[in-house]
Amino acid sequence: MVDFVNALPSTLEQGLIYALLAMGVLITYTILDFPDLSVDGTFPLGGVISTMVIAAGHSPLLALLAAIAGGAAAGLCTGLIHVKLKVRDLFSGIIVSTALYSINLKISGGKSLATIGRKDVTLFQNNPVAGFFSGLVGDFSTLIIIFLVVLVVKILLDLFLKTRAGYLLRAVGDNERVVTALACDKGRVKIIGLMIANAFAALSGAVLCQHQRMFEVSMGTGAMVLALASVIIGMNLFRRVSFVKGTTAAIVGAVVYRMCVSLAIACGMGASDLKLITAVLFLIILAAGLLRKGGKKHA
Amino acid sequence: MLELRNICKIYNPGTVQEICLFENFNLSVPEGQFVSVVGSNGSGKTSMLNIICGSIAPDSGSIILADKDIVRESEHRRARRMGRVYQNPAMGTCASMTILENMALADNKGKRYDLRPGTDRRRVEAYKELLRPLGLGLENMMNSKVGSLSGGQRQALSLIMSSMTPIEFLILDEHTAALDPKTAEIIMQLTDRIVREKKLTALMVTHNLRYALEYGDRLLMMHQGGIVLDKAGEEKQAVQMDDILKIFNEISIECGN
Repeated sequence: MVDFVNALPSTLEQGLIYALLAMGVLITYTILDFPDLSVDGTFPLGGVISTMVIAAGHSPLLALLAAIAGGAAAGLCTGLIHVKLKVRDLFSGIIVSTALYSINLKISGGKSLATIGRKDVTLFQNNPVAGFFSGLVGDFSTLIIIFLVVLVVKILLDLFLKTRAGYLLRAVGDNERVVTALACDKGRVKIIGLMIANAFAALSGAVLCQHQRMFEVSMGTGAMVLALASVIIGMNLFRRVSFVKGTTAAIVGAVVYRMCVSLAIACGMGASDLKLITAVLFLIILAAGLLRKGGKKHA
Repeated sequence: MLELRNICKIYNPGTVQEICLFENFNLSVPEGQFVSVVGSNGSGKTSMLNIICGSIAPDSGSIILADKDIVRESEHRRARRMGRVYQNPAMGTCASMTILENMALADNKGKRYDLRPGTDRRRVEAYKELLRPLGLGLENMMNSKVGSLSGGQRQALSLIMSSMTPIEFLILDEHTAALDPKTAEIIMQLTDRIVREKKLTALMVTHNLRYALEYGDRLLMMHQGGIVLDKAGEEKQAVQMDDILKIFNEISIECGN
C-alpha cells in the first residue's frame, strides 16, 4: 500500500497522459462507432516523432505539433483505406498499425529504443514554464503541466463537438443516413473523425515520450485495449450522471485505470506483467458486462 | 420534371436467385405532382425510390432531372434537392442527439458544416414554431434525446427535418407503416400540408390504400417491376377502393395465391 501511495503522483501523471489517448478512442469508438486499431501504431508514431524532433534540438511544442500532424496523416490513411478501398474497419486499422511499426523504426533510425538527453528541452524540463512551476510546487510541476495540457485539449474537443462539424461527426456515428440526407459525404466525415482521433493518440504518445524521456518501439502494443478500457470504465462510472461529458469520463477512466495497474504492481506484479494486467483488466470489464455503448442503441 | 428512362435492374445476376426486377422501366413525374404508389411486396416500389435517390444504382437507363442525367450522381449530392422519410422512424434522426441538435443539423443542410456553433440560438423559436402545430409537445422538450421519443414523435421530427431547407422532391417510403392509426393520420396530414405549402414533387409509397386514394394527385400501382395502373387528376378521383382491390385480387390469382 505504501508503494501505491508513493507512486501516486507518477500514477496520476501517466493516467493523465493516457487520458489523451482515451479521448482519441472516445472519438472513434463511441462517437464514430468505428473500432480503430490504428491507434496501436499512431500512439508510438507520436512518440517517435516527438523524441526525434527533440533529440534534433527543436522545441518540445514543435515536437507535439509534428506528432499531431503525423497522427492525423496516419488516420487519413486508415480512413482512405476504409472509405475508398472499402476495406473493413478492423482490417483498415490493423493494416495501418502494422505498417506503422516499420515506419516508426525507420523514423527512429532503425533503433528500437531512442532517448531524450537530460539536457534536452522537453515540456517538463529545461524550459521557463517548467522552471516556474517547479519553483512554485517543486516535484508536482510535471503533474501540473500534464494537467494543463489535458485540460486545454479536453476543452478544445468539447468546443469542437459543439460546432456544426462536430454535430456532423456525432451524426455519422449515430446514423449515417442522416448525414447522407444532409447532402454530406459520410465517408469524408469518417475520415476527418479518424484523423482527429489519431492525432489525439499521437499527441498522447508524444507527451509520454517527453515524460519518460525515451521512445520504445513496442510501446503501442495494447494501446487500443488500454484506451478502450479507460473509456468504458469512465462511461460506466458516470452512467447515472447525465451532465458529465464523455471527455471528462474518458479522462477519469484513464486515471482510474492507471491506478488499478499501479495497485497491481504494488501487490507484487512486475513491470513485465504490464500487458498481462492490461488484458486481465479489460477482460474483467468485458465479463462484468460493462461494455454497453452510451445511449446509442435506443432505436 | 423527373424522368426514369429505360431503367433495368437485376438482383443477384448470374446466380440461381437472379431476379430481374426492372426491364426498361419508364416513369415521368411532372413538377409539383404528388404521386401515391401502391403494390404488393416485391413489386419494386422501394427499389424505384432507391434508384431515384441513388441508394442503389440501376444496371442501365437514365434518370433525367431538369434536362440532366443524374444517374451517376452520388446519393449525397442528389440529397441536396431531395428529402426522404423512411418506414422506420429511427432512420431519419440521430438518437443520441437532442431534438434541438437534430433540427440545427437539418437547418444547416446545403451550407458548410464548419466551426461555427452547431446551434444558432436565434433559430430556436423558429424550430419550436415548426413543431408546435403537430400537437405532440415536441416544442417543450427541445433538449431531450431523440432516442427517448416515441415512434410517432420521431417520424414527425424526421418529416419536419427532411423539409426544413428548400428541396424539390419529397420521397416517402411507407412512412406511416410503423405508426398507430391516429399518429399515422397526423403524419399524413402533415405530409400533405408540407407538400402543398412548399409545392414539392412527392413520391409516396404506401400499403394503406385509403391514404393512396385520399392523398395525392396521381395513383400508381406497381406489380413485378411494371406499372399496372396509372391514374392522374380527375381519373384518380374517380378510382374507388374496390377497383384497386379487384386488381390486387386479379394479380394474386395470376400469381397462384
